[in-house]
Amino acid sequence: MSFIEVRDLVFVYNPDTEDSSEALHGVNMNIEKGEFVALLGHNGCGKSTLAKIFNGMYTPTKGSVTVDGIPTDSEEHQIEIRRRVGLVQQNPDNQLVAGVVEEDVAFGPENLGVEPEEIRRRVDNALKAVGMYEYREHAPHKLSGGQKQRIAIAGIIAMETGCIVLDEPTAMLDPRGREEVMSTIKRLNKEQGITIILITHYMDEAVQADRVIVMDDGNILTEGNPREVFADVELLKKHRLDVPQATELAYKLKKEGIDLGDVPMNTAECISLIEKLISAK
Amino acid sequence: MAIIETKDLSFVYGVGTPFEMKAVNNVNIKIEEGEFLGIIGHTGSGKSTLIQMLNGLIRPSSGQVLLSGEDIWKNPKEIRKVRFKVGMVFQYPEYQLFEETVIKDVCFGPKNMGLSDAEALEKAKEALRFTGLKESLWEKSPFELSGGEKRRAAIAGVIAMDPDVLILDEPAAGLDPMGRDDLLEQILRYHKVRKNTILLVSHSMEDIGKVADRVLVMNKGNATYLENTKDVFAKGKELREMGLKIPQITHIMQKLKLMGLDVDEGTLKVEDALTQLIPILKTYSKKGGTD
Repeated sequence: MSFIEVRDLVFVYNPDTEDSSEALHGVNMNIEKGEFVALLGHNGCGKSTLAKIFNGMYTPTKGSVTVDGIPTDSEEHQIEIRRRVGLVQQNPDNQLVAGVVEEDVAFGPENLGVEPEEIRRRVDNALKAVGMYEYREHAPHKLSGGQKQRIAIAGIIAMETGCIVLDEPTAMLDPRGREEVMSTIKRLNKEQGITIILITHYMDEAVQADRVIVMDDGNILTEGNPREVFADVELLKKHRLDVPQATELAYKLKKEGIDLGDVPMNTAECISLIEKLISAK
Repeated sequence: MAIIETKDLSFVYGVGTPFEMKAVNNVNIKIEEGEFLGIIGHTGSGKSTLIQMLNGLIRPSSGQVLLSGEDIWKNPKEIRKVRFKVGMVFQYPEYQLFEETVIKDVCFGPKNMGLSDAEALEKAKEALRFTGLKESLWEKSPFELSGGEKRRAAIAGVIAMDPDVLILDEPAAGLDPMGRDDLLEQILRYHKVRKNTILLVSHSMEDIGKVADRVLVMNKGNATYLENTKDVFAKGKELREMGLKIPQITHIMQKLKLMGLDVDEGTLKVEDALTQLIPILKTYSKKGGTD
């Protein structure tokens, strides 16, 4: 059984009213334990709705979603779901509640009724895991955007949810902040086996995932490993998405009859493919 | 002639407190009339403080901002007029929409400037066309629009005041890739028609590479570079040390140049890279084919 199983999921906003609108039209997907999945799609495609269903904030209108075998469709399971799936959102300033970093990270486990010594241990571990332990006594509002997002992530880690859903966590960050958050996510995934679901509009972030799922108007458009998905540049562009510039360059060269032999996902891969072509003469 | 010039411009937060911090430090820059200037810098580099001083939202601790040669604080009572001439679109401007309809919202600025209802309406329509917001949405409540449409409505609200200088702070943040590209193209088109000065703050080096004539790099409160976009992005190492990056395509071309290929290390767009690479790489592919 998969960690998250989504079956024929339909979600309607404001059902039975004039403003009702169906955001998801029967989605099926599985997310495995320990996987790093990137969820892509244009604005309004339903990916943020899906994120909120994963953590029990919304319940399915039709169909079912189970997390670790627990159905998300009833209010009484909400606490159990949130013990398993944490959500990090776009704006770091809306997510931090306390005046001191370590108190902020302790907020989640305190709410779960964890014992004080255990909270201490978890907070320290979580702050070390995101590389923010030295800042434990600082005021969150004085940190940079990337640091704030890492504190928000630490707050989820301290709840030991095992799965973190991140909804555009880097949209408001500068290049260094984006790198900090991405390397933190990857490390948590590789070293601690935490399941990561990353929603992003940045294609250079999506290519770092194990698997990419592309949503379009409430349905799944395509999925696969990044190399497969990003090879179809035309399909992605048709659905308001893009590919990294390195991928686009190789794709357009191929159209001109210059085949680099593979689909590069980043600048380093692109450069080494061109180098190979040149030295093979 | 420079439309905006700063002279020893500084701003210090929390003067006289233990938290005193110099956010902008003796900045001397000249922004030319009609140019498209990109502004980059990491969070806390001073760029937000700087742009807020350029349109008179905050008053410098020391130094001057000259608009068309005149100190904007010469007569503090007239500072509102500066804000009409130097329009500012903040981050996530859609949170500032408030009127019953889109068109009323966009009319708010020009009416505030003292234009008649008819004149304001004319400006508003023109502005909405510039941002590419469909006419069928103009009479709707702003809250019925999608995120990208709201963003356009909010930007139109500033364009409607017909500013000589338009400052945009991360106008494309949170939009999907196509939404980003569309919005940037609309801004570029507006710039070409209106021929006014645009200042674009962005964390996306790719976006800056596509649209800016020159780039201002802010670091630790200093205006570290103000040069042509190509020349700024040729400084990959220095920018990385400041927590910034260069566009992917520029990075690739710089590496290829180091490998001995005859390419321009200041290439900013994929299309320009292709024009250079196709003839060079074709010779290699052909040779490979005949072996």
